Amino acid sequence: MNSVYLDNNATTMVAPEVREAMLPLLGEEYGNPSSMHGLGGRSGLYLSQAREKVAAGLGCDPDEIIFTSCGTESDNTSIFSALESQPEKRHIITTRVEHPAVLNVAKHYERKGYAVTYLGVDSKGHFDLEQYRAAIRPDTALVSVMYANNESGVISPIEEMVDIAKEHNVLFHTDAVQAVGKIPIDLKKLPVDYLALSGHKIHAPKGVGVMFLRRNTPFRPFMLGGHQESGRRGGTENLSGIVGLGTAMELAVKHIEEENTRVRALRDRLGKGLMSAIPDSIINGDTEQRLPNTLSIAFKFIEGEAMLLMLDQFGICASSGSACTSGSLEPSHVLRAMGVPFTYAHGSLRFSLSVYNTDADIDIVLKELPPVISRLRQMSPFRRGDEGLDWADSHAH
Amino acid sequence: MWEYTDKVREHFLDPKNAGTIENADAVGEVGSLSCGDALRLFLKIDEDGRIEDAKFQTFGCASAIASSSILTEMIKGMTIEEAENVSNKEIAEALGGLPKEKMHCSVMGQEALEDAIRKYRGLDAAPAPEGEIVCKCFGVTDLQIKRAVLENNLTTLDEVTNFTKAGGGCEECHGRIQEIITEVRTGKIAEPASVQEKPAKLTNLKRFQLVTKTIEEEIRPSLHKDGGDIELIDIEGTEVIVSLRGSCVGCPSSGHTLKGFVERRLKETVEEAITVREA
Repeated sequence: MNSVYLDNNATTMVAPEVREAMLPLLGEEYGNPSSMHGLGGRSGLYLSQAREKVAAGLGCDPDEIIFTSCGTESDNTSIFSALESQPEKRHIITTRVEHPAVLNVAKHYERKGYAVTYLGVDSKGHFDLEQYRAAIRPDTALVSVMYANNESGVISPIEEMVDIAKEHNVLFHTDAVQAVGKIPIDLKKLPVDYLALSGHKIHAPKGVGVMFLRRNTPFRPFMLGGHQESGRRGGTENLSGIVGLGTAMELAVKHIEEENTRVRALRDRLGKGLMSAIPDSIINGDTEQRLPNTLSIAFKFIEGEAMLLMLDQFGICASSGSACTSGSLEPSHVLRAMGVPFTYAHGSLRFSLSVYNTDADIDIVLKELPPVISRLRQMSPFRRGDEGLDWADSHAH
Repeated sequence: MWEYTDKVREHFLDPKNAGTIENADAVGEVGSLSCGDALRLFLKIDEDGRIEDAKFQTFGCASAIASSSILTEMIKGMTIEEAENVSNKEIAEALGGLPKEKMHCSVMGQEALEDAIRKYRGLDAAPAPEGEIVCKCFGVTDLQIKRAVLENNLTTLDEVTNFTKAGGGCEECHGRIQEIITEVRTGKIAEPASVQEKPAKLTNLKRFQLVTKTIEEEIRPSLHKDGGDIELIDIEGTEVIVSLRGSCVGCPSSGHTLKGFVERRLKETVEEAITVREA
């Protein structure tokens, strides 16, 4: 049974071209880029070429690129840099819908005595820009807002938010892990100070990421070690991963139009098809201002993990915002921040596509998912009319 | 993905007894939409008090559906008295085990069964949980946490969350949960009598099992913390004969340990008539 892989916001397959580009580094080209001999020199060349490719993809200079191990390291380092370089400023602005790579760092600094403003979102996943503007204080050290949400796909008004931060001379970081490769990003036009991306979200392997650091922006290394990455990130480079990431970035730029036309059309066909076939279903978040590949859809009165496991029987891979998939007990913090009712939040599925998905994939989901929903609803004690306050809410559990 | 046993997968993908029973003799209900899982258990009970049929409706994950399915299979044919002794551990064991994070699904089965039996006996509404609400996110009280700790020999915050959901939301109650675990495990606060119903009459075998279980799972671990120990020597009727070991030997408080802790705990968990003496 072939997989219908629709979980690309979790991770992506390594593109064949990426795999091909990496092979020499896993074979004869095993030199250390820091070594002073021919083998090392060739590795150094691979490294600089990859850096140039990534910089070209983002519209920045190669020396503004720091290779890291992942998006989380990039996010952490950016926030660490901004705060440690301005010790007199003790206030952070971020949002309730960030990835844990940002949220948990904010909480960490909160425990250390920092004040943190967590911006909320409305039911469409949008921020209130006036509320954001009002939150900026004289001691605000950093604003950290994700470029696009990993669950809902909703795109933040980054341009406006950066402008507002710059009016107040506040540093700005964006976690662009989900946005890179799906929508055009040009850092020459977007004056963020720090940006994070992750290789495995754009068809590079896992274990490689990038931190964009705008020239002359305050920086404090998170990893202390040798002179690698111009002394900004010690540790021998994951050269095969970096080379893979360079090629993946080239491919992402090449595919950006397809992402925004063909992939978007597939996603929309899936969403419309499911909405018309399955009563009591809703799409979470704004259906316009969102990533072209992401569909977060919720089905009332059933639970997400049960859906995922039944879909797995048909080779369909998706994700859920339900509690039970995460080991947590509460549904996704993103869905809750958007005010998605519990009746839907527990029954949310996220489909995230890539350029490798086809019409046939969508056909399979449209054929297999409605009966799964129907079967689980047959088993559920809740029905239409059980809108929230029902027999069970009077029972503590 | 969770690692489920074949039995869990079998009961999830092909659940037994899903559906309703018209004119059921008892319907047990537990959980809620906001909590993310809920179970409605239907029982048909014959004139002799034996469960003729059991069906379920479940809103929840694979573990919740599988727990509901296996529960209905387990209790069919049991008398009400037999069914009320079915524990969440037995439900989980019948599935070949559940991931520790999913143990609350088996607890939900036990609670739905208790609710059904309560209603069968003419108590229409489930009593509101007694005690202090510790976890506001999931409405779990200190008494429910104590019961879970005692019945399942829990020792950590994560385990309590896995079994009761308490602490699985905003995390503000973590400190209080940890206090309760410490109180129960060190025997500083014994389980309130209302938390656990004791069987009315015990056979010698059942009494022996309960005494052994309480000593092994609760009393000895508590004494170990202070370097002491206890050994069960014999049981004559309701008299439990033990021997203190380790630092308990010669301890000036050994009399209090025997009567104030060991005997009191056995009275609470086994039967009121229990007395304890040293060999």
